[in-house]
Amino acid sequence: MTLDLVQVRADFPILTREINGHPLVYLDSANTSQKPRQVLEAMQDHQERHNGNVSRSVHTLGTEATAAYEGAREKIAAFIGAARPEEVVFTKNSTEAINLVAWTASDFLSLGPGDEIVVSEMEHHSNLVPWQLLCQRTGATLRWFGVTDEGRLDESQLDELVNERTKLVSVVHMSNILGTINDPARIVARAHEVGALVMLDCSQSVPHFPVNVADLGVDFIAFTGHKMLGPTGIGALWGRYELLERMPPFLAGGSTIETVTMAGTTFAPPPARFEGGTPPITEAIGLGAAVDYLNKLGMENIHRHEQEITAYALKALADVPGVTIFGPGTPEGRGGTVSFAVDGVHPHDVGQILDDLGVEVRVGHHCARPVCTRFGVPAMTRASFYLYTTTDEIDALARGLEQVRKVFA
Amino acid sequence: MIDQLYQDIILDHYKHPHGRGLRDPFQGEAHHVNPTCGDEITLRVTEDLSEISYDGMGCSISQASASVLHELLKGRTPGEAFEIHEAFLALMQGRGQVEPDEDVLGDGIAFAGVAKYPARVKCALLPWMAFKDAAARAGISVNPEVKA
Repeated sequence: MTLDLVQVRADFPILTREINGHPLVYLDSANTSQKPRQVLEAMQDHQERHNGNVSRSVHTLGTEATAAYEGAREKIAAFIGAARPEEVVFTKNSTEAINLVAWTASDFLSLGPGDEIVVSEMEHHSNLVPWQLLCQRTGATLRWFGVTDEGRLDESQLDELVNERTKLVSVVHMSNILGTINDPARIVARAHEVGALVMLDCSQSVPHFPVNVADLGVDFIAFTGHKMLGPTGIGALWGRYELLERMPPFLAGGSTIETVTMAGTTFAPPPARFEGGTPPITEAIGLGAAVDYLNKLGMENIHRHEQEITAYALKALADVPGVTIFGPGTPEGRGGTVSFAVDGVHPHDVGQILDDLGVEVRVGHHCARPVCTRFGVPAMTRASFYLYTTTDEIDALARGLEQVRKVFA
Repeated sequence: MIDQLYQDIILDHYKHPHGRGLRDPFQGEAHHVNPTCGDEITLRVTEDLSEISYDGMGCSISQASASVLHELLKGRTPGEAFEIHEAFLALMQGRGQVEPDEDVLGDGIAFAGVAKYPARVKCALLPWMAFKDAAARAGISVNPEVKA
């Protein structure tokens, strides 16, 4: 089924805005997506009609809020193919989800000198820095996959890199800067062969194409709500239940406990064990509504649309003189996030001139500085697409880049 | 409005920077980074400010700003450099409300438009903050009262 773009775009109030006298062309969805009316209304309806605290009230509002909050968890669990809702732990974002595993790993993996953690050069800082800190704390060694000139994960040293000393591998599913989609199958097979766990940073994949944790065969994934039509402040960690059960609390507090005495505390089973304090209830419900919206359109349809837009954009960008694309040059094995350089013009200046024309792109190192270093540039300009992106918007980007070249000629 | 940001003076300094390249000898050096965008500058000064040299990578605003700084501050007394430094800071932090004095700021007046773009003010200030640190490390303070 082809997406009806006119109908889809009508659901997103912000898309009618003008920026600097031009229609908004929003090409920064990898940074944060826009929100449809259905999500905004679900959150407002909850606040206006059902607001109460969760998991601790006997009254009607508290019961309704709890049902809605846990209902959102069930929707999200089904969306990613989790075996049961209790495998989904609400966090504030992907960063917190990764930190939850990284901060508890020293304990449940008994990490120490001689052990190894493996990441890649393609990671967002949030899937790199927590592991660097973990290794500093425990004396474990951090190792990483390189990136090929084509922007693919270099798995040529897989068997050496992932070995008997490896305790955990954490890599990105889809790069937030190169757009590369990694197939984790070989890494998962090798890691499990040597008894290591695999975490997948799905921040850029869950929003854009069907992700099924059982098919992937991984042990943990992290993703965030605001990149998938939901609000900020809500994300999730998915983990295999028997692993979550072995993990100690991360941010302890109310809700995480079973029995508390002055002498000591026993802890609740997952996911409550990891959800200390009053959670972002409204935001979780908003994310549930976002999942409903994505399901209604169909993730396969969304993915197909983005593949078409990406193919169109790769061609349009390649046709602008002086533009160089980083990462895979064809839509195969890549998503709708395209970073590029404009010869002789710094990304900040590219972004500024595009903004003057209403075209919103991201510039900078995209929280993936090692990738910029790998490709020998201080920064990149990135255009990223979503289910509401049109070919007209890609044309506006290409026209904007012509203007950039004119100003800096 | 974008024309106020990308004035010809700024684009000229960006394309043809003055005094670019690190030179010896020097008494103070500072390396400043803008962590959000990755722009970098290394700036060196001699203790009498007879030489100011720099190298870096970044956007047109930060690179042109370094070129203008070189032109304005090289060969000045610390007191004069302090006055110009203050005037440039006041211009950049003035949200577009400060009328720049061309006698003090020379080509620096072209940055008046940058002050209207809060996200870019830090680009323009990067070399000036590096200068302040480098000068302090060379034993000169851009603020003469502090030195006395």
